[in-house]
Amino acid sequence: MDFTFFLIQALNGVQYGLLLFLIASGLTLIFGIMHVINLAHGAFYMVGAYLVWSLTGVFDSFVVAILAGIVCAAALGWVIERFLVIHLYNRDHLDQVLLTYGLILVLNEVQRMMFGSDVHGVAVPSMVAASIPLTDTLSYPVYRLVLAGVCLALAFAMYWIIQRTRLGMWIRAGAANREMTASLGIDIRRLNALVFAAGTALAAFAGMIAAPLSSVYPGMGDNVIIISFVVVVIGGIGSVKGAFLGALAIGLTDTFGRVLLPEMSSVMVYALMAAVLLWKPNGLFARA
Amino acid sequence: MTPAAPLTASTAWQAPSRFALLLLALAAVLAFYPLYGEALFPGQHDYFLQKLTAIMILAMLAMSLDLLVGIGGMVSLGHAAFFGLGGYALALFGPEYEAANLWTTLPMTLGAVGLAALVIGALSIRTGGIYFIMITLAFGQMFYYVFNDADFAGGSDGTYIYVRPAVEVFGLKLVDLGDAVTFFYVVFAAMMGTYVFLRVLLASPFGKVLRGIGINPQRVRGVGYNPDAYKLVAFVIGAMLAGLAGYLSAAQFGFVNPSMMSWHHSGTVLVMVILGGLGTLHGAILGAFALEILHAVIEARTEHWLLVLGGLIIVMVLTLPKGIAGLLERLTSPRANRARTGHEDRGES
Amino acid sequence: MKTVAKADIRRMQHASKATPPAAEPVMRVEGLTKSFGGLTAVARVDLIVNAGEAHAVIGPNGAGKSTLVNLLTGHLKPSAGRILFGGRDIAGLPAHKVARLGIGRSYQKTNVFAPLTVWENVWLTGQTALPHAMRFLRPAHTHKAVRERVEEALELVGLTDRAHTPAAAMSHGEQRQLELAMVLATKPRFLALDEPMAGMGPEESEKVVDLLLELRKTYPVLLVEHDMDAVFSIAHTLTVMVNGRVLESGPVEQVRESKAVQDAYLGDGDEDY
Repeated sequence: MDFTFFLIQALNGVQYGLLLFLIASGLTLIFGIMHVINLAHGAFYMVGAYLVWSLTGVFDSFVVAILAGIVCAAALGWVIERFLVIHLYNRDHLDQVLLTYGLILVLNEVQRMMFGSDVHGVAVPSMVAASIPLTDTLSYPVYRLVLAGVCLALAFAMYWIIQRTRLGMWIRAGAANREMTASLGIDIRRLNALVFAAGTALAAFAGMIAAPLSSVYPGMGDNVIIISFVVVVIGGIGSVKGAFLGALAIGLTDTFGRVLLPEMSSVMVYALMAAVLLWKPNGLFARA
Repeated sequence: MTPAAPLTASTAWQAPSRFALLLLALAAVLAFYPLYGEALFPGQHDYFLQKLTAIMILAMLAMSLDLLVGIGGMVSLGHAAFFGLGGYALALFGPEYEAANLWTTLPMTLGAVGLAALVIGALSIRTGGIYFIMITLAFGQMFYYVFNDADFAGGSDGTYIYVRPAVEVFGLKLVDLGDAVTFFYVVFAAMMGTYVFLRVLLASPFGKVLRGIGINPQRVRGVGYNPDAYKLVAFVIGAMLAGLAGYLSAAQFGFVNPSMMSWHHSGTVLVMVILGGLGTLHGAILGAFALEILHAVIEARTEHWLLVLGGLIIVMVLTLPKGIAGLLERLTSPRANRARTGHEDRGES
Repeated sequence: MKTVAKADIRRMQHASKATPPAAEPVMRVEGLTKSFGGLTAVARVDLIVNAGEAHAVIGPNGAGKSTLVNLLTGHLKPSAGRILFGGRDIAGLPAHKVARLGIGRSYQKTNVFAPLTVWENVWLTGQTALPHAMRFLRPAHTHKAVRERVEEALELVGLTDRAHTPAAAMSHGEQRQLELAMVLATKPRFLALDEPMAGMGPEESEKVVDLLLELRKTYPVLLVEHDMDAVFSIAHTLTVMVNGRVLESGPVEQVRESKAVQDAYLGDGDEDY
């Protein structure tokens, strides 16, 4: 394997990992703060992809479609939190699993009713449709680099919000201790709604920016949710830092696994998870 | 066998209730179906016979999951993987164009499934709670992808089992599994056998400890039992029963494919268990029948069954925490509003 | 609760273990420490419980009393220190192993199996008469040794009539009694009781005090309690904890007289803490 090939695979792995991080971070925060396991988080990824596909038809601009899509997704998350998830805060995990599973079925079926079962493509925006030539035969698409850059910027923004802002202080307090949050005078209802809406928007955003690469198809959220769970388990539930490292590890493992050990590729990420669990049963950055 | 066996502690010492009699009547209606089915549903009898057999197999799967979720408090989202493994084991252990020998393939199947469950259980039980849910989901899906990509097992198309397993002693055919009515009764016996086995298990010292773990594992540890060990044993037993169901299912349809293992299948079976009433065993049977019959009825009218199912699940979680078994029991029980038991008492762990 | 017959308690006692002569340490705790992150909940605690002795641990809320019980029973892993019980260091052993060594505990917050009946609750703990419960086919209720334990324990705390009531349907005081029956049914060699009277009315408390007065004759007891009257009537020896440390430890009268304790804690009589 020559260096260029390795570089391309490494970039693909990192880019896939960063995309996973957008989904897994929301998942891990929703668990960390609300103690809710949300199986429907992958469905939000699918919702994002379909949003951007239909909105590019309306606005004729990928960027505008994304901005409008984020607003729609956040609103959807807000509504779902208000009317469904809010009933889950004092329920056990089984009820959470069931209700959010029901939500997946509903969202999947609504998607099928509205958009059918066809696979749709979303064009890469022309501004970044070029490729950077690496050798005579190999080149790297600019869009993938842009995607990785945007994800990285979002990761830094999230880090900044959580570590440096008042909202971040609430989030950290909420993740550490629910009673303390209440005693600090934090409006936990608003915090919950905000985090859930933000998590939904993040997952949907991941679906939107992935759409030009992966195309848009029914059930696309189902695969993503399982891999995101693997990321969260590896990173430690509730840890955003863990989700970041776990996502990169999974992205690279999956990408290189497909290239180096194609016949074993479907098992690689799970083998990684099993290895981490043997070593650290609560994931890399579990809270005590 | 009486389904009157303790539903919850509070009924353990009472005479069979009206509810138990209702269950017995339902079991009889099912058992005699091959006798009256032809007269009642001419033209559809064969289809119904096959459908009922399939539902009984699902009921076995649901009971095996109830042991984990309803009794041991282990919410597994990868249970269908063991069902699928059981099916694939029959396909792969048996010869391709001849009948597989039940006496060799069934023990091999159960052994293989048990081994897989031992490994997955050991990795997932240590942490418990939400980790358990995610890890079982992930490993279940791993099996799905493995068989989806496996050329030796037909990949995503799956593989065929051309002849049903033979049940022979010294070359003498004991029962002919190829006959639909015989197969119906074999499955009926397997389902009832599973039920009785689990009842016996729950009445044993092991069962007592497992039920305690489902309610409060830390308290059980404080008494002097290591909950992880008991959970692991229950996990393996549940998986092997699921493997048995998968074996029968593969034998019935002569066909296995990866969707047997998919997490949507695990999810559907979980819904059956909840619908019928968690931790009651007979609820798992009721739930399997209710959900499958509903499925057949709705599917005849609209193609959006999954939308109905999703809505049903959401409504059920919000309004019916004890499932239809809880509802039926309330309706048939003279004592209204008995103390709610089971799952809302289980804390987060 | 009916008056407890001494004979009942004798029978409850571990058959092979006669009460050792007085003043022989059953449990010796040395330098026990537990830190949670930066916070030290229990700091270098030394403690001795002798055979035939009831030892009370008192202190204001947050003094580390419950943490201490959790450490002694394996529910928490100590950061440092030793717990010598029956001649071996049990510090760091998991809770189920500690329980099997004969340290029976009750919990500060009622910790019963709410959906199960009283009988089933006690059965679960009495089943430790069997070396393990990996027994799958024989019905549990045919194990006679367990049945006897359960019946004795229920009789001892006076819940025999309530055997088939779901725990969830009982009053708080009855649940506390059940909690004690659950400990006794394990036939412990040592009792660690974390506020057995928490949340009880005066009458119920009195019954429990009577029961404990009987129990202390046969079991070494470590008692964490807030009710000072109860402590002074039950305990032979006393440890006062403040901020995770032992302020004073010794015979009740001596500790009571201690200047440090009077200043820091007991003040002028029964303050509310």
